Amino acid sequence: MSAATSAANQLLLDRRTFVRVSATLAGGLMVSLHLDLPLLAQEANAAGSQSKVYPPNAFVEIRPDGKLVIQVNRLEFGQGIQTALPMLLAEEMDADWSQVIAELAPAADVYKDPIYALQMVGSSLSIANSFQQYRELGARTRAVLVAAAAQRWNVSPEQCRTEASVVHGPGGQAARYAELAEAAAKQAVPATVSLKDPSRFRLVGRRVRRLDSRSKCDGSLRFGLDLDLPGMKTAVVARPPVFGAGVKGFEDNEARRISGVHDVFAIPLIRGTGVAVVADRFWTAKQARGRLAIDWDLATVERADTARLLTRYRGLARMPGKVATSRGDKMKIDSFPASDRIVAEYDFPYLAHTPMEPLNTTVRFDGDRAEAWAGSQFQTTDQAAIAEVLGLKPEQVTFHTMMAGGGFGRRATLDSHVAREAATIAKRFRGTPVKLVWSREDDVQGGYYRPMHVHRVEIGVGPDGMPLAWRHVIVGQSITAGTAFESLEVKDGVDSTAVEGTVDTRYDIPNFHVSAHHPTVNVPVLWWRSVGHGHSAFVMETLVDELATRAQADPIAYRRKLLKADAKRLRAALDLMDEKSAAWRTTLPPGHAAGIACHEGFGTTVACAVDVSIAGGRPRIHRVTVAVDLGVAVNPLGVESQFQAGVAFGLSQLMAKGAITLKDGRVEQRNFDGYTPPYIVDAPLAVDVHIVPSGEAPSGCGEPPVPVISPAVVNALTRLTGRRYRSLPLVTV
Amino acid sequence: MASFRLNVNGQPKVVAVDPATPLLWVLREELKMTGTKYGCGIAACGACTVHLDGIATRSCVVPISLVVARPILTIEAMAEDPVGRVVQDAWVEHDVVQCGYCQSGQIMSTVALLKAMPKPADSDIEESMGGNLCRCATYVRIRAAIRSASQQLEEHKKR
Amino acid sequence: MGLGRTLRAASLALIACGARAGSSSPDPAREAVGHVSAAPDSAAGLAAWHQVYSVLTSPRCINCHTATGYPQQGDDRHRHFANVVRGPEGKGVPALQCVTCHQESNADSTGVPGGRGWHLAPLSMKWQDAGDRVLPSAEVCRAITDQSKNHGLDGPALVKHHEEEPLVRWAFQPGHGIDGTPRTLPPLTHDDFVAATRTWVDAGMPCPPGR
Repeated sequence: MSAATSAANQLLLDRRTFVRVSATLAGGLMVSLHLDLPLLAQEANAAGSQSKVYPPNAFVEIRPDGKLVIQVNRLEFGQGIQTALPMLLAEEMDADWSQVIAELAPAADVYKDPIYALQMVGSSLSIANSFQQYRELGARTRAVLVAAAAQRWNVSPEQCRTEASVVHGPGGQAARYAELAEAAAKQAVPATVSLKDPSRFRLVGRRVRRLDSRSKCDGSLRFGLDLDLPGMKTAVVARPPVFGAGVKGFEDNEARRISGVHDVFAIPLIRGTGVAVVADRFWTAKQARGRLAIDWDLATVERADTARLLTRYRGLARMPGKVATSRGDKMKIDSFPASDRIVAEYDFPYLAHTPMEPLNTTVRFDGDRAEAWAGSQFQTTDQAAIAEVLGLKPEQVTFHTMMAGGGFGRRATLDSHVAREAATIAKRFRGTPVKLVWSREDDVQGGYYRPMHVHRVEIGVGPDGMPLAWRHVIVGQSITAGTAFESLEVKDGVDSTAVEGTVDTRYDIPNFHVSAHHPTVNVPVLWWRSVGHGHSAFVMETLVDELATRAQADPIAYRRKLLKADAKRLRAALDLMDEKSAAWRTTLPPGHAAGIACHEGFGTTVACAVDVSIAGGRPRIHRVTVAVDLGVAVNPLGVESQFQAGVAFGLSQLMAKGAITLKDGRVEQRNFDGYTPPYIVDAPLAVDVHIVPSGEAPSGCGEPPVPVISPAVVNALTRLTGRRYRSLPLVTV
Repeated sequence: MASFRLNVNGQPKVVAVDPATPLLWVLREELKMTGTKYGCGIAACGACTVHLDGIATRSCVVPISLVVARPILTIEAMAEDPVGRVVQDAWVEHDVVQCGYCQSGQIMSTVALLKAMPKPADSDIEESMGGNLCRCATYVRIRAAIRSASQQLEEHKKR
Repeated sequence: MGLGRTLRAASLALIACGARAGSSSPDPAREAVGHVSAAPDSAAGLAAWHQVYSVLTSPRCINCHTATGYPQQGDDRHRHFANVVRGPEGKGVPALQCVTCHQESNADSTGVPGGRGWHLAPLSMKWQDAGDRVLPSAEVCRAITDQSKNHGLDGPALVKHHEEEPLVRWAFQPGHGIDGTPRTLPPLTHDDFVAATRTWVDAGMPCPPGR
């Protein structure tokens, strides 16, 4: 990034605004959360979490050698919070950043998310929810260190100052934090602390390189799959070829003949049953599993089939569903003649997450306690599930958080199915650690997909080309129905995770009506990075572009006109994107087109412009200019990383082989040869990221890069080919 | 089960395994060298890339019986390798990694590329790295880091 | 040698006259030679060529005899996964060579086929067009007999190529996929393929009429 760009991205903090936000963080944070938390949760937590004093010693360890070990209360799986959260703490603590080591905290109450009361990572909430918390932790740690120094020197704390892990006294005294640590531990932790004025930030807001880079480049960092413990066994499970089926019987003579195989036995799964193979090695277990002859009972399970589901979904989309939002007259659209109406039907396939590190969990059951290791996005519930399977209390299960090789939502399971499988198997081998591994084939075929969706939209267009009525039906399985999150997400029969991105649109559309159908289908589903926004933004942004073209308006100007007056952050992102891309947008060579999209989700607003041509029947993305307003950017280098990579990840939805399909109950894809995410040749050639300067409370950037890229690219393609693309993935351009 | 003598990062090793066991699993489960990763098992992702007699090789599909006497280099040896070190430094400089799981393979492929072609054109980078999957999609920074490493190596030569 | 040339000339003459395989018109070359050595006649040669062609254009062979910058795989001849490319010498590119995955023999435990020196046939030996359509028999025959295209192989050298080249032999022992399914074999056994090649060569390497 050029110096000029860096300067432009320098945090321009309104001091008064920031301090005000910090002081009333309860209100500020609540507003910026993407989920509309029930008031109950807000009230329960409002008094509690913001004033809760998290014990610094659970988060910070000052070692005698000066190293500072900071516990990160969430899984790191690529998003960079194992650097960003410690930055907040180190900033307020005036720590020497070069001495900071970040560790992923094990499961414990003290590490629960301050708002959700669960140890979790998801919804791009890590920094939003722990911003205040980690700053206060840093400030409290500093306070006890200063108190210890002041006591030693017989001065008042106010006379001391701190810098780079050293306390300086008024008379030239100096003491390193490491020297003071023991004495500091005896000091009372103050209930209230004052936080730095942002103008004094030395770390927060700077481009800081990740702490885990080197160890991820030299093979030394151990992921969950790399765990090796004395006496450890490895297990794989043969799962039903049709979801939910059970084992009638199985032949394991051939499997048991392989040297190193310990046991083969049926186990219950969340739905149905499977056959576990436990061996000395993963390779052995996998080979043995391949030699099992299993008789599956497929008679009573529903066989989901993509073609049949599409027909069913399209039928449902033509009928009103449960109301998600309604303003104005929902019948108004019917008064528009066909010439003034757009009717558009979209379909989206099941998507698999396929994080690079295959799913795994290791459990050792010792009778009266247990130990578990997993790269889990949901430590609290996974720990509780393991305890339940083993007949223990959660606190009897020591749960270690391993670094994870990606997640994208796959490791945030509502039923803890991987943890349960591992515990179920480990229970039979008391005292022996058992590592359960899902092969890549297990992963691609094992379900928990982003649900398939159909959207049907009818738009009544006014004489000035602006929409005057919008009736929108969304069809797709509910992710949270029947789970612990149902009460949070499902209202009046509508799962908010299916309609987000439409009901919360910042476009000013009168007579706006969204309804949803949530069919029951025998395919387990889960949230996939950006959840509802992933498909909703595609629909909204391609339709808005279509309206703009119809109105013969510039796509950016049209959006400015259509956005609500108070959509300040979206306008700010749009303006910045416009400014930074105008030069190249207006000088595109022949065969290239620009595509625009903007979206708000997870409290963050994003606008992007893409430069696209077509090569070999595929979109070639030459450049992406993206602008983002996410409040305070704790680590702009991390934000840039998320957007440069996140937009390329978002192209997953356009890949020709980027769909999970089922035929008569069986998943048709097996591995990356059949379900293909973006490779380097599919990625944009250049991505420039621009952060809107802001002093607002921070929102996240884990998911926000994903929703905008597919519609932006498709909008460009439409300009090149004249065709509309409403069925994903893009098989032909 | 059979006994195999291997040369791994310059060290002699002996393992007793089924001859059909892929080199990847011999490295990870017999030698406990977990820097080389399992991503797919069908050579579609490159996370398992090692150098076999200097050639970038996807260890998940090579049975140990076919390795024979060819020397094996893994990610664990790259810090001591003159090209490997420059590549790792470029990766850190450019803040390439996100989850990091694919990066052993990305780096092994990059080192093989730069050893064969010290000044690759952009199209050479696309082709040679075209089979290494990064699910986090850190490709923009991977390209930048490769160009940097190439420049660094060029400068080292001049000195 | 001389006999071969005479036979070839006679075959070409027959073709020029529009003679078809299986025609009952007299074969002057054959009559000239008598029955001392039973060289195959043009009809038999063409029949043999059709057998050879059926093997050449079967998936195990044609997947590497592509017209494009990439190999194919599978019986449906789809583009090889992981963006592997031809490279300047048909051996791939640094870090993604054919031998990055393909070893000197089949790896049945991992489903990857192998043979010594795995690589793509040169573009001059493409047996499909850039749209993946299999080229007609006459066109393949002309290419395979054109020494400026086939790396200077004459008839006997072609027989030797079909008999001894490791990757040709591989096609007849192509191993299993990762799920244990054996790969589909060419329509002839290796022995029959070599025999058909020999018959065709002995007949003067006749090519079918047409383009």
